[in-house]
Amino acid sequence: MIEVERLTKRYGPTTVVEDVSFGCRPGTVTGFLGPNGAGKSTTMRMLCGLTPATSGTATVLGVPFASLPNPGRHVGVLLDASAQHAGRTGRETLALTARVLGVPAKRADEMLATVGLAGKAAGRRVGNYSLGMRQRLGIAQALMGDPSVLVLDEPANGLDPEGIYWMRTLLRGFADRGGAVLLSSHLLHEVEAVADTLVVIAGGRVVANGAKSDLLASSGRTLVRALDQAALYTALTGAGLAVVRREPTGDGGEAFVVEAPAEAVGRAAAASGTVLLELRQAGGGGLEELFLTLTGRQTGPVAPSPSAPQEALR
Amino acid sequence: MTVLDLTQAPARPPLTRLALVELRKMTDTRAGRWLLAIIALVAVATVVVFMAVRPADEQSAGQLFALSQIGVGLLLPVVGILAVTGEWSQRTALTTFALVPQRLRILAAKVIAAVVLATGFVLLGLALGVLGRGAGGLLGVASGDWNLPVRAIGSMLLVEVATVLIGVAFGALLMNTPVAIVLYFVLPTVWTTVGSMVKALRDASVWLDTNRAFEPLTGESAATGTEWARAGTALALWMVLPLAIGAFRLVKREVK
Repeated sequence: MIEVERLTKRYGPTTVVEDVSFGCRPGTVTGFLGPNGAGKSTTMRMLCGLTPATSGTATVLGVPFASLPNPGRHVGVLLDASAQHAGRTGRETLALTARVLGVPAKRADEMLATVGLAGKAAGRRVGNYSLGMRQRLGIAQALMGDPSVLVLDEPANGLDPEGIYWMRTLLRGFADRGGAVLLSSHLLHEVEAVADTLVVIAGGRVVANGAKSDLLASSGRTLVRALDQAALYTALTGAGLAVVRREPTGDGGEAFVVEAPAEAVGRAAAASGTVLLELRQAGGGGLEELFLTLTGRQTGPVAPSPSAPQEALR
Repeated sequence: MTVLDLTQAPARPPLTRLALVELRKMTDTRAGRWLLAIIALVAVATVVVFMAVRPADEQSAGQLFALSQIGVGLLLPVVGILAVTGEWSQRTALTTFALVPQRLRILAAKVIAAVVLATGFVLLGLALGVLGRGAGGLLGVASGDWNLPVRAIGSMLLVEVATVLIGVAFGALLMNTPVAIVLYFVLPTVWTTVGSMVKALRDASVWLDTNRAFEPLTGESAATGTEWARAGTALALWMVLPLAIGAFRLVKREVK
């Protein structure tokens, strides 16, 4: 339902988005991931016809966004929740949208109720809204035209955990009814719970694109630490096992990440008589490592799944 | 992949609806409402003060009507400026142009809305003229005639519409609230001042200075052909040109 092909945006000598291609199918949530400044927002604005592309094409429902006679009836767009007139009430903001879209005015109140802004909050000026409330208003606005496609840029920003859970449920339901969602975030864990497909962008280029299950599949790597790391290294290389990375541990030492299952690593160590202190599956999949590298955070001594607290929310 | 059948898709919003939405956007914020209320108050106050201090024979409906439009002509362009620049300062352009990708239709809707607003204030002025003369008659302070010539109303309407559209044009050209408002008020004054000082510009300024070029239109006698030509030239410079450049910028620019 969304088709982005070789989209490129240059500002003078600077290339912000380069040769980006991906698609969004009906019934799926596509997580559009990347560190801040990776080109996510620029790509989304190009998709919505707000930023002219240097080259490449983007279509929604098979046509360029700007060719849709009444785009809001097909595509719900939320690019920046803060981009609302501070002096207008939430209800008035949606009432204006209803007029432009040509949908009944009562739809504004329905959508306010859907996003939890009914009652007093609806009559308050947007300037007095918290960021979380603005996100909810923005999502309500995107839903006004009963679209089949949603394009949301960082909609989870400013939402509390309950709000994030609510939004996941809403987006999942939207996709399950046959809609397509493109959802950007700079936090992997924010979207991995809801997305079916992930597109990872860094430095303006797509660095990973595929089904979440494939991208997040365990790497099959093993983390190992011995009393004598040098001896362990000799043992591992002697057994033909590749050390792909050295990982610092909390106490100033280091561990090896080995491209082999735990049993092979354990046998190699046992054969050489090396005392092991730690032997376990290396945390996270290839994507997580990739993503942490991109966002500039050290993988560190592989923390016990940072996603654990969010498991409960799924 | 399913390609949307554009002939079956919901129709694009008609321009009249967009204009009504833009008119509503000018009036549904606190700032917008206050600005319009102040303009109306200034109009009323001008008429009341005039009635209180001037002799009865000067108090004609036409005179009171003309007076009511002084403040309107001064302040209404700010509404025009804000209608355009507000989209950028409040960043609502992001939503506006995502809902209506044909950006010139939005600009056209804003122009229509500004014209409607200017017309509304001219009607308010007419009401003030008639009511002021009526009330003044009852209180014994007004004895001027009731005559409101169509020509005077027509030219006043034209000037008010032109003035508010110059505001819209400045907003469209500069896309920045403070810059547009300051330049709107400063530029004509600078132009008038310089024009009256520099000899070479003096002749040009009757053609290009809106303050001077519009004056004959609302005067007692009908404007001559030359005077109309001067007003038209001034309008081309201060309204048509910035609006055209602004429209070009709007189509080209990135909305973010």
